[in-house]
Amino acid sequence: MSSFIAAFGWIFDPAHNVGPDGIPARLGEHMLYTLLTLVIAAAVAVPIGFLIGHTGRGRGLAVQISGGLRSLPTLGLVILLALLLGIGLIGPLIALVVIAIPPLLAGAYAGVESVDRATVDAARAVGMTEWQILWKVEVPIGLPLIVGGLRSAALQAIATWTVAAYIPLGGLGRYLYDALPLRDYPQMLAGAILVIALALVVDGLFAIVQRLVTPRGVSEGRVSEVHDTMRSASGRGAVLAD
Amino acid sequence: MSWFIANLGLIWQLTLDHIALSVPPIVLGFALSLPIGWLANRRRLARGGILSVGGILYAIPSLPLFVLMPALIGTKILDPVNVVIALTIYALALMVRTSADALASVDRDVLQSSTAVGYSAWQRFWAVELPLAGGPLLAGLRVVSVSTVSLVSVGAVVGVNSLGYLFLDGFNRYFPEEILVGIIGSVIIALVFDGILVLIGRLLMPWTARTTPRWSRGRAVSALAHGA
Repeated sequence: MSSFIAAFGWIFDPAHNVGPDGIPARLGEHMLYTLLTLVIAAAVAVPIGFLIGHTGRGRGLAVQISGGLRSLPTLGLVILLALLLGIGLIGPLIALVVIAIPPLLAGAYAGVESVDRATVDAARAVGMTEWQILWKVEVPIGLPLIVGGLRSAALQAIATWTVAAYIPLGGLGRYLYDALPLRDYPQMLAGAILVIALALVVDGLFAIVQRLVTPRGVSEGRVSEVHDTMRSASGRGAVLAD
Repeated sequence: MSWFIANLGLIWQLTLDHIALSVPPIVLGFALSLPIGWLANRRRLARGGILSVGGILYAIPSLPLFVLMPALIGTKILDPVNVVIALTIYALALMVRTSADALASVDRDVLQSSTAVGYSAWQRFWAVELPLAGGPLLAGLRVVSVSTVSLVSVGAVVGVNSLGYLFLDGFNRYFPEEILVGIIGSVIIALVFDGILVLIGRLLMPWTARTTPRWSRGRAVSALAHGA
């Protein structure tokens, strides 16, 4: 318990709340890195996910690739790319984008795919174009799952940027790595608490957003959520979940 | 390549360390998730609570959780137990939801039939519920296995040796080959574990093995009836 008191003492020490090494600055860096990762990864993964979900084609391949990416150790990928592309943000950023793509992709295609095919056929029957079906039917109904993908990717990015501070980079992970060689456990614990707080707040916000974007009258979302996460979770084994 | 050959002993030792750190969380997470998942299906309130706690635990990033462990359980910062317990928490957090859903997916009629033909609640769980929930359970376990093997390497930054050591050492020595060896080794372990899980699934659930691309409930039930 005393270590927690020391850690909170560290967090609320005014000296740790100003300057380039202060908590607001580190928190800002962490959120900026995370946001950057999500924007780039979403720009890549969401259109592909929509295409897969809408056409029903390429799903097997996407699941395979996502599964493969998942087995890559994140720390190794970050360090390898940092070494190959030079110290700086670019290497780790590419690694983080690669890591954030599978959950975003899975959320996007599972969301679109979760829409009842009869609903889609009905939309087609009343004369909607494929583009309209995607944007006016599939995306709004599938939005909770799409946001769910964003939520997983955000948590993944927050966690991995913490680890990536080893490179060395800014962000809250800095506190852990700076304190480790000094055996300064209060500061390590303080850093850990800050990252955990950030992750839980972001997770909570996304949970609220997910609830807000659920269209009224769409109750199946919850049921299909279970199946879709299982299905997207792993390739062949997941087919069994059907 | 020459580095790889010259350091085979080290790589093999780190591979064994990696495996030794990965197996307990996977096994413990799975074993603990079954009773908790079962309990979650008993009461509506319990389900909400258990799944929420699981979701929150799973949202906690790995490295901070490793760092948190000494303050929670009184271990030393560099103790491998921190990594094993933290990864068990993840495995459990991820698996509890799967277990609850998998057990809930078993047809109520089948359960009632088995009760009707004389299974006790205990027998029914092991002989009917668990095998029929096997497909989704295996799918969830495979995800847990892959993510655990990948996360073990993060422990290297808090001094818990695994193939992750090669990432840090390779970085410090500016030596990409060493990092690549670590990544490939970790992926191979993940693939081998996955293969073993699939194999165990085939052995324990022969009815899911061939032909049916989709898990057919009818087949499963009839296979179970023959087996039982």
